[in-house]
Amino acid sequence: MSYGEGSSRPASGFELWSWFFMRISGLLLIFLVLGHLYIMHILNSVEIIDYNFVARRWANIGWRTYDWVMLALALFHGANGIRVIIDDYAHRPGWRTFWMVLLYVVTFILLVLGTVVLVTFPFPA
Amino acid sequence: MGLYRGYRGSQGQWAWMLHRLSGVGIMLFLMMHIVDTFLAGFGPQVYNHVMAIYKAPLFMVLEVVLVGGVVYHAVNGLRVIIIDFWPNALRWHKSLIVAEVIVFLVLFIPAAVIMLGRLFG
Repeated sequence: MSYGEGSSRPASGFELWSWFFMRISGLLLIFLVLGHLYIMHILNSVEIIDYNFVARRWANIGWRTYDWVMLALALFHGANGIRVIIDDYAHRPGWRTFWMVLLYVVTFILLVLGTVVLVTFPFPA
Repeated sequence: MGLYRGYRGSQGQWAWMLHRLSGVGIMLFLMMHIVDTFLAGFGPQVYNHVMAIYKAPLFMVLEVVLVGGVVYHAVNGLRVIIIDFWPNALRWHKSLIVAEVIVFLVLFIPAAVIMLGRLFG
């Protein structure tokens, strides 16, 4: 039927965990990301966001924590979504492996980049 | 077309396709956004130079598209979660879709007006 549910709940194993992760992270991301968009694009705007804006924000460890949780959840939520899409469309074994490896490598690199800047960005003296 | 055939036409199919499409679009932006934020670690000159790209009018319009995509993905995702954990809600699936569209418009229209107002105001 055309009710527009997500994929039906898998019986067990990794796919079941992935199914729950998508829903739980999705629910948390609704608050984290809509909050982020509201602060950055409605209360403030891209016109005033610059290095000093970021430095002032990251002077507060609470915002660094918020940003890291959002980074990790959004990245894994998105990467898992792409994994499902690769599973749906990439059937030839060679290409499937290529896309999966690329996805995992890029996801790992992005998690490292985001974490590095959040941890190493200098606190104001 | 080689698209997923789990649903047969109508609103569910469209909601599902838009969910995937918005998801992929958001993911592409997120990848770019993590890299541009990482560049803040290289100091004001590098970061402000990168941010200047986002201040171009074309990118400010794309920003509205991005916010629309995220709001849709969030509201539709919430509807999917409601159905997943409370299958009885399927009895009102058409009302849920209508409610989704209303919530989307209520959140997105004011946001778009504010963002585009800055660009044209």
